[in-house]
Amino acid sequence: MPESSYLICTESPDVTQAAAVALAGLHEEMLPRPFRVRSKRMETIDTVTLEFEAADGGPPLSFQPGQFTMLYVFGVGEVPLSISGDPEAPGVLAHTVRAVGAVTNAICALVPGDSIGIRGPYGTGWPHAQGKDLLIIAGGIGLAPVRPLILNALAHRDEYFCVGLAYGSRSPGELLYTSELEAWNARGDINVQVTVDHGNPTWRGDIGVVTPLVRRLRCETDDTIAVICGPEVMMRVVARALEDRGIASNNIYVSLERNMECGIGLCGHCQFGKDFVCTDGPVFPYADVAYRLGIGAQ
Amino acid sequence: MGWLFGDRNTAEPHRYAQTNGDIVSARVIQGDLFESLIPMLISSGYRVVAPTLDEGAIVYDVIDDAADLPIGWTDEQGPASYRSYDRGDDVYFGYSVGPRSLRAFLSPPHLTLLTITRGDTDLAFASDEHEGRAYAFVGVRACDLAALAIQDKVLVESRFVDAAYTSARSRSLVIAVNCSVAGATCFCASMGTGPRCSSGYDLVVTELVRGDAHEFVVESGTDAGADILGALGSREASPSDITDAADVSLATERAISTSMPDVDTYTLLTDNLEHSIWEDIAQRCLSCTNCTLVCPTCFCSTISDFTDLAGKATRTKSWDSCFSLDFSNLHGHPVRTSSSSRYRQWITHKLAYWYDQFGSSGCVGCGRCITWCPVGIDITEEIQRLDSEAQEVPV
Ligand SMILES: Cc1cc2nc3c(=O)[nH]c(=O)nc-3n(C[C@H](O)[C@H](O)[C@H](O)COP(=O)(O)OP(=O)(O)OC[C@H]3O[C@@H](n4cnc5c(N)ncnc54)[C@H](O)[C@@H]3O)c2cc1C
Ligand code: SF4
Ligand code: SF4
Ligand code: FES
Repeated sequence: MPESSYLICTESPDVTQAAAVALAGLHEEMLPRPFRVRSKRMETIDTVTLEFEAADGGPPLSFQPGQFTMLYVFGVGEVPLSISGDPEAPGVLAHTVRAVGAVTNAICALVPGDSIGIRGPYGTGWPHAQGKDLLIIAGGIGLAPVRPLILNALAHRDEYFCVGLAYGSRSPGELLYTSELEAWNARGDINVQVTVDHGNPTWRGDIGVVTPLVRRLRCETDDTIAVICGPEVMMRVVARALEDRGIASNNIYVSLERNMECGIGLCGHCQFGKDFVCTDGPVFPYADVAYRLGIGAQ
Repeated sequence: MGWLFGDRNTAEPHRYAQTNGDIVSARVIQGDLFESLIPMLISSGYRVVAPTLDEGAIVYDVIDDAADLPIGWTDEQGPASYRSYDRGDDVYFGYSVGPRSLRAFLSPPHLTLLTITRGDTDLAFASDEHEGRAYAFVGVRACDLAALAIQDKVLVESRFVDAAYTSARSRSLVIAVNCSVAGATCFCASMGTGPRCSSGYDLVVTELVRGDAHEFVVESGTDAGADILGALGSREASPSDITDAADVSLATERAISTSMPDVDTYTLLTDNLEHSIWEDIAQRCLSCTNCTLVCPTCFCSTISDFTDLAGKATRTKSWDSCFSLDFSNLHGHPVRTSSSSRYRQWITHKLAYWYDQFGSSGCVGCGRCITWCPVGIDITEEIQRLDSEAQEVPV
């Protein structure tokens, strides 16, 4: 009665060989399209905003604010990135990228004319807030995924009541879109509040975390939509501050990050409780995720 | 809810054979059924996958003729233990499921997705398309039929479609077997998936050994199955053939010794995400990933690119496991650093969140994860223990 020596491994030559001949290719959803770098702007020492255009003559990449793409750099790899451009000008695809590892460093090293692959857009977008107050609270690189929402709200400013932005970053040098922040502030129809954790000799603005700034964002209606994008801890603290102000937790939206590989709900990497962050999110009503975020290691 | 959704791929759901469990019309074929059936399938162009002996285990693999079936062999399974041996009789299906499930063929461990070429100016992406020979899966058990239905839900009927799986699955033929022995780790009956096959097959056979008579009662579930049945020499089943076939399933069901406790696993698990039981299991769990690799419903994968020096890259998809440390990498650290959080992730997906995502349990009760866990962690026992501990000490 021999004890089986069967090894559970995923390297069965018979199986792999048989499968190689019996399967058809992948769905178009997972096939990247070639895009080319059109322009590049340094935002901070480690962050750039790149604009891309389709290189295959195909249609522009229409998207909803809050959605993301999977961006591929030849020979390096593929990463999820939120779209940071104007949803009404989808012919230009913008991404704001912070260099933290292999792929994001390669992206930040791209120059105009370089070719990359894009698939998407994927995931849920930010909520519609027309006819309501819209409060946006962002931390660090988290301003990038809400920029399309801000651009869209400002282009149709008369469709909203109050629009407010509270933005925090570690230092003045790490603020994104600084000239745009000034231009928004100068309009007078959006309340822009900016703070940094650590100032410098020329910094005259607020110092400290972003949470207290939330109180300065005015609302005119009982129907306020608040969107938060930043590190998970920051989003939880801000959401609680918003709830304390009387904003219902199902009117508060957050954008979550998890490890992503397929972007289309088939690889399991981004699973977060009952959701796949790539297809059920990344934008979630806070009410839906608050309990889960409190458990940890999920 | 008024918030925006991205473009969704609403693919046509595929439908597979659904029959109910009653034996309506059956035929009886002599004991040499597979000696004629398998060459017939091969000559019709099918690649036949059936149980066969491999390194001491009975696993699904490609076979060339009926002699490759483990005739006369059986297995003995228990937590962390598996043995197979030759009983010396001529029974074709006297064993239960082995470590390999059909997803090894429909979603293979490694699959090329696309090739990427770097041209003078732009990258070019080409999907790897090749429609090969269709599979005929022979000797598929009720639990594995249920697992196929679950994988269809996940990979075919979701928002996005796994094209490779869908193509292979929709062209495959399924010839099922009603189990005549119950393994010590099988718990299909308590999951409502077996031991009798009730849907999802083209043909299902029940092996009848009555004295010297060795026969198969065969029922068809689809037109394709009926055509095959029509091409084989058979006789009408008598009422006693039908009763005897039903008795095989009843006897097998009575022999099942393991069961999933009759509790609402969704509530039990989601109410106890911070219970001390996870730490206790982590004392034993090696995070070896075996349970996920043998599970017929697991579908996690990882994508890797292989780039050569000539400007060509190949993108492949390989099986992955939520027990791997780097599976949840984010911001330089895994989200789930501990074995306890990874075991919790696995069991809450199978027995709780699967209901939210796909409308059923993610476990079909095949028992593979119990047999092939090197330390014998038993999913049914852990649920039992959590249930009794959660009642004692409300957390
Ligand atoms: C839906 C979504 C949207 C995103 N949008 C943006 C965006 O608009 N701009 C942007 O710059 N980044 C964004 N990210 C994060 C980005 O995907 C990661 O920074 C990237 O995957 C890291 O890959 P890498 O190869 O450069 O680093 P890796 O080589 O994988 O990792 C190296 C280092 O990168 C860091 N790292 C790894 N993953 C992350 C992560 N998810 N977030 C932060 N740091 C990480 C770690 O410190 C690690 O040590 C987004 C992530 C998600 C899930
Ligand atoms: S969880 Fe275990 S018993 Fe359930 S289907 Fe997977 S391997 Fe089989
Ligand atoms: S439960 Fe068992 S089989 Fe699964 S990872 Fe842990 S030790 Fe391995
Ligand atoms: S990234 Fe693959 S399932 Fe979400």
